[in-house]
Amino acid sequence: MKNALLFYGVYNRKGVSMDIFIQQVINGLSLGSIYALIALGYTMVYGIIKLINFAHGEIYMIGAYIGFFAITSMGLGFIPALIIAMIGCAILGMAIEKIAYKPLRKSTRIAVLITAIGVSLFLQYTTVFFLRPEPRIFPKILTDGRFNIFGLKAYITYQQLTIFIVTILLVVLLQYIVHFTKTGKAMRAVAFDKDAATLMGINTNNIISITFAIGSALAGAAGVMVGVYYSAINPLMGIMPGLKAFVAAVLGGIGIIPGAFTGGMIMGVIEAMVSGYGNSLYRDAVAFLILIIILIFKPTGLFGKSEREKV
Amino acid sequence: MKINKQLVFNLSLAFLLFFVIHFLMSNRIISAYYQLNIYLLFINIIMATSLNLVNGFLGQLHLGHAGFMAVGAYVSAAMTTKMDLPFLPAVITGSIAAGIVGLLIGYPIFRSGRLGGDYLAIATLGFGEIVRIIFVNTQYVGGASGLSGIPRYTNWPILFFLTVATVLLIRNFINSSHGRAVLSIREDEIAAETMGINLTKYKLMAFSIAAFFAGLAGTLYAHYFFIISPNTFNFLKSVDYLVMAVLGGLGSITGSIIAASGLTIISALLQDFGALRMVAYSMILVIIMIFRPSGLMGTKEFKLSFLEEKERR
Repeated sequence: MKNALLFYGVYNRKGVSMDIFIQQVINGLSLGSIYALIALGYTMVYGIIKLINFAHGEIYMIGAYIGFFAITSMGLGFIPALIIAMIGCAILGMAIEKIAYKPLRKSTRIAVLITAIGVSLFLQYTTVFFLRPEPRIFPKILTDGRFNIFGLKAYITYQQLTIFIVTILLVVLLQYIVHFTKTGKAMRAVAFDKDAATLMGINTNNIISITFAIGSALAGAAGVMVGVYYSAINPLMGIMPGLKAFVAAVLGGIGIIPGAFTGGMIMGVIEAMVSGYGNSLYRDAVAFLILIIILIFKPTGLFGKSEREKV
Repeated sequence: MKINKQLVFNLSLAFLLFFVIHFLMSNRIISAYYQLNIYLLFINIIMATSLNLVNGFLGQLHLGHAGFMAVGAYVSAAMTTKMDLPFLPAVITGSIAAGIVGLLIGYPIFRSGRLGGDYLAIATLGFGEIVRIIFVNTQYVGGASGLSGIPRYTNWPILFFLTVATVLLIRNFINSSHGRAVLSIREDEIAAETMGINLTKYKLMAFSIAAFFAGLAGTLYAHYFFIISPNTFNFLKSVDYLVMAVLGGLGSITGSIIAASGLTIISALLQDFGALRMVAYSMILVIIMIFRPSGLMGTKEFKLSFLEEKERR
């Protein structure tokens, strides 16, 4: 896949020394932050309407493009571009939910999943059609530079530092929204029992819309940061990160917000290790191997509790 | 097999079609380009009907059907090209290999209960990608540039009879007691389990049968087109089959056949519009799911009313 090239980071050296190990961890954590942000959207949407939103990876791709155009044609800086991308993606996420998923609320699972695949392909190929399939070079918006850590030969670049800080801020903000606001309380209620929440006077449709908006905004932020980090974007860049982020959400326990964050970080580090010490061609295969292993040993994920299915 | 007028009629129609196309091909009335598309059409019929077994009759979303096709194609092509074995053992081994891979992938997923059903979509999607990555990295079968110089063993009678056999076998499977168990899982998993149906066993059965036939289609594909490359069997190929199964009707074999034929012809005509074709396909998926969630034919089979027997109730 074309976008495979995107994820060659700086980690293509081989060796076993401590410096390189630390460097892999840092690279893995910055990649993991991106996965974590995407995984949060998956997990929130799954938690609330039990849908694997396949179009989520494409929302991340569109976020990268919105950021790209905000920087190149509007001449904005990193933070304004990030915010515009987040708002744009939030609107896109809500629109997708209203147009494609809402009419199917009462349909079979497979019908909704097929719709999700359809929406995902639609976003990919309308982007290919209108914005050309060739990758675009993301402008260098952050100054180059790096810190030396612990006096080792391992470095953390400004881009990586920005990714960490933004990710942590967004995750803290998300935790605040979910646990300390009325909307967050309503979201948790809908996820727990949709019918009961409706009976308690919660406007379920609005809450589902808000969940899509928040999840999509996080994916949009991830898109802009990937553009900054790898400095190239293309219309099919969302497929693989989207799938891996889903596996990350499953790894942490789907529907559980801290789980998605941890899962994303673990995925990022594992992937960096595989490319650093093993064969980077098998980077993509590892994610699915992890999925199979989770399904065999702990289908509910690291933080999940098994529930008996009720009629 | 219950023999009724409809079946006899369909089979005689199929044989008529066989002889007409055979006549046209052997006398070179059909140009090579159309001939290629006719072969592709029949391979697509095998793929669409077998995919429908999982997506339509079992009701689970399977997104990696091209991956199983790749397994069948590569295993059989390696046998005939590298080991100089005859066609028949290659076809059998290729199909069985795909079926076994289906079992291996399906077992951990279906074992983990209802969640597994949701994860099947992701796991099969990932499986399709992994198969591609593995073949790209295997130099024995040509790596990224693909395996070429495969002998052309697939001829019209072999392709035609294997396609008819596939459709009949899948039809008979659906009408058998095992098939009924599969249908009951689609309708209501919990109720099916309560009635003593082993969910894992029947899901796995339907999934690996579908994988087996995808492998068969792959072997036929490899031995018609001389060359196979890992990128032939990418995710978009799986999406093509998904659109065929969905458009024809989730749970309708005749629907799959009609949709596979129609879409093969349409995509041959739309060959120059790559991106637009995918936009159209994706819109077809969304619009059908919103307005007619069970596909054009639904679960109905195409029947001619004058042949209909009085239903015994």
